[in-house]
Amino acid sequence: MTEILVFCETNEEHLDSSAGELIAAGRKLSSEISLPVSAVIFNPNTQMIKEASSLGADKIYKVNDPKFEQKTDEIFTHGLFESCKQINPTVILAAKTSLGRNVAARTAYRLKSSVAQDCMDIRGDKNSGLISVTRPVYGGNAQAVFTFTKPSNQMVILRVKTFEPLEADNTRTAEEINLEISMPDSKLTVIDTVKQEFEGVRLEDASVIVGGGRGLGGPEAFVHLEELAKILNGAVGASRAVCDAGWLDHSYQIGLTGKTVTPDLYITVAISGASQHMAGCSASKNIIAINKDGDANIFKEASFGVVGDWEQILPAFTEAARELTQS
Amino acid sequence: MNIVVCVKQVMDPDTPISAFVIDEVEKKVVPAQGIPPVVNGYCENAVEAALQIKAQEGGEGTITILSLGTDFVMDVMKKPLSMGADKMILIQDEHVAELDAAGIVNVLSAAINKIPDVDLVLCGQQASDWDNAHIPMGIAENLNLPCITSALNIEHTGDKLLVQSALPDGYQTLEAPVQSLITVNNLFGEPRYPTLKGIMQASRKSPEIWSISDLGVSSSELEPFLILSELKIPVSEGNCEIIEGEDDADSGRLLALKLREEKII
Repeated sequence: MTEILVFCETNEEHLDSSAGELIAAGRKLSSEISLPVSAVIFNPNTQMIKEASSLGADKIYKVNDPKFEQKTDEIFTHGLFESCKQINPTVILAAKTSLGRNVAARTAYRLKSSVAQDCMDIRGDKNSGLISVTRPVYGGNAQAVFTFTKPSNQMVILRVKTFEPLEADNTRTAEEINLEISMPDSKLTVIDTVKQEFEGVRLEDASVIVGGGRGLGGPEAFVHLEELAKILNGAVGASRAVCDAGWLDHSYQIGLTGKTVTPDLYITVAISGASQHMAGCSASKNIIAINKDGDANIFKEASFGVVGDWEQILPAFTEAARELTQS
Repeated sequence: MNIVVCVKQVMDPDTPISAFVIDEVEKKVVPAQGIPPVVNGYCENAVEAALQIKAQEGGEGTITILSLGTDFVMDVMKKPLSMGADKMILIQDEHVAELDAAGIVNVLSAAINKIPDVDLVLCGQQASDWDNAHIPMGIAENLNLPCITSALNIEHTGDKLLVQSALPDGYQTLEAPVQSLITVNNLFGEPRYPTLKGIMQASRKSPEIWSISDLGVSSSELEPFLILSELKIPVSEGNCEIIEGEDDADSGRLLALKLREEKII
């Protein structure tokens, strides 16, 4: 018997929010293939261990080395690979974060296995222990189901916010195991890390997003989107076409090749709703469409919409929203 | 410096949804009538990166384009040559459709090993058809090369590369050996348009055609780890409530009222 191993990422003093989602996915799999869920945490503190156990981990592997303070793919790939070699898990779950997706993919190949990327669903077959996953392909135009052929080191990268973390149960406890790993010298040297200063609400954290598409006609239109975003305490996002055209930089881009967002409210203005874009925002709770083309795909995804000229609709909407939210 | 750039021929990602058809029995996307395939977008960014590095070196070195596929459309595949790449190797094999990502990784790794004196391998971050985004990493692991993803800038200084790699909230500058694998996406910058001279030169070059059996890959290295068991077009619910007022501005106002009523704002 082996186990379902979750690669938990951390943020300073806590587990990253993706870790709870992965553990929840692990528990779901556990109910199907009857294997325990373990978590591997690099440089954990007691808080992180408590979080992992209360969110559903049965076992926690602790790996300590000062090298993990530097979050590079290379260092974490080595860490996860060496952990998997000792644990020999049936399934490994990682999150589609900038670190997780690279580390998981490289670890899978180093283990002489393979990896399923950007998965939205996962299930296991009790008899064979083989995992099947559902994932978007062709920029979200199609959906594919893949099944692994070998029941060990099945590496699955889950899209962030696909699973809800379980409610924390502080009475749960988990077995703790120290893993000893020797860390080689890195072939890459980090010269410097530059953080972009960001004003306002981060797109990934925003509960309200106002997104604009190429139909806006030019970068100056985004002033109106920013005004609305400010009233609703939200952030501005954009389609790939807008960023490719240089109207906004790529940090604003929502979609398969941009950011994945999950706001409560996503107001789209002149966005047609191409699959590529929807792949990054389809988990939004409410999508609102303002578009001149009533046949645009966005209306298939939206819960409310207006067909017409955004230059007329948006100012009136913004003004009404201002009055309604400030009254 | 000798650079290999892996590129892929894909269905045009701008194919309208109405022309996007799946054969669910064969589990294949049916090529859209009259819409030619394209070189995958991020692969063109990788070609651009290679050309910029070569220019830094004063034009020294060879850029070899490597691609694995079937049904290559030569006019499409020659684009990297028209942009300025030196050589092209096409691994054309009807068995490609049977390979999973791990098999593709093994074939491409073997091919890169067969090309003499390769320094740097560049790949597009992911292809717009299967969006796997892990083929480059598999090649790096197979060839034991350091791997840097999402490069914004690549500079060759002395016997090292200085690479800026994008992070979600900024970027990191890494020093890497010249023998590395680097992935590139749209953040690197627009690929150049082929010049007329480039197109003329490309028209005189013929790609080398290899097949998988030339590469000494064992059959066990081609066995799939993942099998496609279903391919379909997802259905969306499509029950959008359209708000209509007397004019567009009125509709906008009514939309806000509706969202307030539904406690969405």
